[in-house]
Amino acid sequence: MSTTTTPNPSGAGAPGRSREKAPAGEKIADWADGRLGIYSLAKANMRKIFPDHWSFMLGEICLYSFLIIILTGVYLTLFFHPSMNEIEYHGSYVPLQGQLMSEAFASTLDISFDVRGGLLIRQIHHWAALVFLAAMFVHMMRVFFTGAFRKPREVNWLFGFLLFVLGMFTGFTGYSLPDDLLSGTGVRFMEGAVLAVPVVGTYLSFFLFGGEFPGGDFVARFYSVHILLLPGIMLGLVVAHLILVFYHKHTQFAGPGKTNNNVVGMPLLPVYMAKAGGFFFLVFGFIAVLAAVASINPIWALGPYRPDQVSTGAQPDWYMGFSEGLIRVMPGWEINFWGHTLALGVFIPLMIFPLVLVAIAVYPFIEAWVTGDQREHHILDRPRNAPTRTGFGVAWITLYMVLLVGGGNDLWATHFHLSINTITWFVRVAFFVAPVLAFIVTKRICLGLQRRDKDKVLHGRESGIIKRLPHGEFVEVHEPLSQEAMHTLTAHEQYQPAEIGPTVDENGVERKVKGPQKLRAKLSTAYYGEDGQIPKPTAEEYKEITSGHGHH
Amino acid sequence: MSSQDIPEENLPAERAADEHAHAHGDVSVAHEKDPFADPGLPPHEHRIQDIDERAAKRSERTVALLFTLSMLSTVGFIASFVTIPADRIVYIFPLGHISGLNFALGMTLGLALFCIGAGAVHWARTLMSDEEMTDERHAIAAEPEVKAKVLADFKQGAKESALGRRKLIRNTMFGALTLFPLSGIVLLRDLGPLPEDKLRHTLWSKGKLLVNMNTNEPLRPSDVAVGSLTFAKPEGLEEEDHEFQTEIAKAALMIVRLQPENIKDKRELEWSHEGIVAYSKICTHVGCPISLYEQQTHHVLCPCHQSTFDLADGARVIFGPAGHALPQLRIGVNDEGYLEAHGDFEEPVGPSFWERG
Repeated sequence: MSTTTTPNPSGAGAPGRSREKAPAGEKIADWADGRLGIYSLAKANMRKIFPDHWSFMLGEICLYSFLIIILTGVYLTLFFHPSMNEIEYHGSYVPLQGQLMSEAFASTLDISFDVRGGLLIRQIHHWAALVFLAAMFVHMMRVFFTGAFRKPREVNWLFGFLLFVLGMFTGFTGYSLPDDLLSGTGVRFMEGAVLAVPVVGTYLSFFLFGGEFPGGDFVARFYSVHILLLPGIMLGLVVAHLILVFYHKHTQFAGPGKTNNNVVGMPLLPVYMAKAGGFFFLVFGFIAVLAAVASINPIWALGPYRPDQVSTGAQPDWYMGFSEGLIRVMPGWEINFWGHTLALGVFIPLMIFPLVLVAIAVYPFIEAWVTGDQREHHILDRPRNAPTRTGFGVAWITLYMVLLVGGGNDLWATHFHLSINTITWFVRVAFFVAPVLAFIVTKRICLGLQRRDKDKVLHGRESGIIKRLPHGEFVEVHEPLSQEAMHTLTAHEQYQPAEIGPTVDENGVERKVKGPQKLRAKLSTAYYGEDGQIPKPTAEEYKEITSGHGHH
Repeated sequence: MSSQDIPEENLPAERAADEHAHAHGDVSVAHEKDPFADPGLPPHEHRIQDIDERAAKRSERTVALLFTLSMLSTVGFIASFVTIPADRIVYIFPLGHISGLNFALGMTLGLALFCIGAGAVHWARTLMSDEEMTDERHAIAAEPEVKAKVLADFKQGAKESALGRRKLIRNTMFGALTLFPLSGIVLLRDLGPLPEDKLRHTLWSKGKLLVNMNTNEPLRPSDVAVGSLTFAKPEGLEEEDHEFQTEIAKAALMIVRLQPENIKDKRELEWSHEGIVAYSKICTHVGCPISLYEQQTHHVLCPCHQSTFDLADGARVIFGPAGHALPQLRIGVNDEGYLEAHGDFEEPVGPSFWERG
């Protein structure tokens, strides 16, 4: 977060010095202010308040790993040769000496064995990419489950979503660059998928590869996409994402003193400068140690790409795993007609792949339509208080995980000694069944937790103290909650289900109700009807119970 | 960090009771009305460092120690870079034999960075003020007056441009703006040649010898034992050739010998030689090279997506996502006793495509 503010605006150590001459820092700041207007910027942002919660740091991990990727990536471009010219290898890795390989592969070997520290930077780059995608995934889930995507943050949700998708493709084009046996197989898979596109697939493939696969162009083309096109777009999106975070101010969880109209926390300067700035170094340090102890993508063990060779257990990087699952478990449907072939077995997964992603991307707009809520929301929901949304989220994650299992079906088979056919069939069934089950179970759990909260508010918390009453009965002493706790547990809003209203007016004239309206009313009832939420305790209920009981 | 969210379970009991008694006293009106009302920010609780200067000093020393460790680590990084040869392999438990240079550089760099981060965070948590502050939010949407002003300005601007009135300008401008990107699309044309029938042909043709991929020698029927899987390429295709990768991506061949009586498919038997059958090695799913052969069942399995083909039955798909059988190459033996192709594949090899038919 510290990266978006303008250069050191305050001038260090201004107080405590003699006031006769402005200190050097202030002079520089004055110079900059006269040209950039930094004082106005700093006025709004230097002491900006950010709320504190562990889950708010997930986005920071994304940002920092992205910066690490850019830093290390620039270093790698100094040594990498994005060329598919075949050369004979004469570097220091003995087992491959004399082998024919592309310059791309040979230069990656050089980075790994001849450039001192090159292997470390390569491994940091690759590890940071995995961390980046994982952090984006978890960050996106945090935003989803707490309802942080609601107005006014829908656009920022989409920016984040785009970053996740672009991150996937940047990762894919990146790990394809060394032109090793594993990544080349992944590129071949991509070519096969492109070929399956009806009508234009063959042309797309020829334009992408400069002719037939693999040809001699794709590494150079992927290179410019990987280091320039996609990161350029992503950098712009990251900046826009952060500007909106500043502009909207951060969301916060409900609690004493926290309202929809304020933000409670610590100031950017100094607390978050130090915490967030320090956290960059923590993330970088962690990834550096990871790169020191855990090898990643050892291309020398895989060898250069040959279209007629392959190794078993071929897996893409984890974030591509769900698309791998789709392609693996799909039955091999193929239709031939009028001299054409429609490879549904490949094309359908190719279409479901973006649909799985889009399903989560459009969710904020669906929920906004169902609730019809036009207000701004800055207080986060606890996941339990939005059972239907939470259920959808968990169903989506379940689908994603089922497909990940499908993507690694060979590894599951060998590690757990299962039949690969059984796993494939399991995934085929689970693709449809597991998300539904996950939705139902999650919703039940959420409702149970809501009941528990209600119980706690009305009856206090279980103290674990057993009291024996004069007549011999044993009761557990319940301690009433503090007002802070009761406020926190009852601060959430509960919608009433939308109703269509009478379809016949007082004159007996029938009103036409449109389909979308009916659908909306139905969804609204499912979301906020009796089965969708537990009514939160009211002040009247509380008073009735506390006045009647008096058990303490 | 800890003062922010209040897990209800952790609240001290006395305080809850306190609060309760308190509520019945002074601010009873508010409580009576709404027991769940927002009590406002809880009072700030001091940390040990806020009260005890010795504790603050300890924190200061910890932070300084971390920063110093970072400096030492950077010195260690440079020292490792200079002294450790790039090819030194060291044994480190439990990692095993790994590159000493990579390990030393990564650990020192990691430590140097981590200590800066840990120092800064410790400094922020223990020594910087942890008093919570409040910022007011303001609606994102503009005030109605602002909106009215903007809309009026826009209308005025639009009117002055006369875009709505002078239709000829508007329409031709839209036309020009729509057409010019076409240049960019046209420029993409030379990204690659047209497919034509390139995907239908491979290097195989009548009389081409089947050359063993490993030994680079032409194959004789006696070289192919029952139960073995042999990979072959067409004669004349050498690894040094410019087009080798592209050609082998289509021409790669796998050869197995079956007992002729085990071959169920009639055409397969006709196209074989003494039970030796030759199939495209490129999977018809998305083009992975198939390389797992089960002798007992005559099944081959693609390791990428597990499509399984029965080589004794026209290589039809028996499991997995592939859409059609592997193409078979018709083979025979030439006058000198070498295996040769009797022509190219009769159908395109590899993944399906729209024009395949």
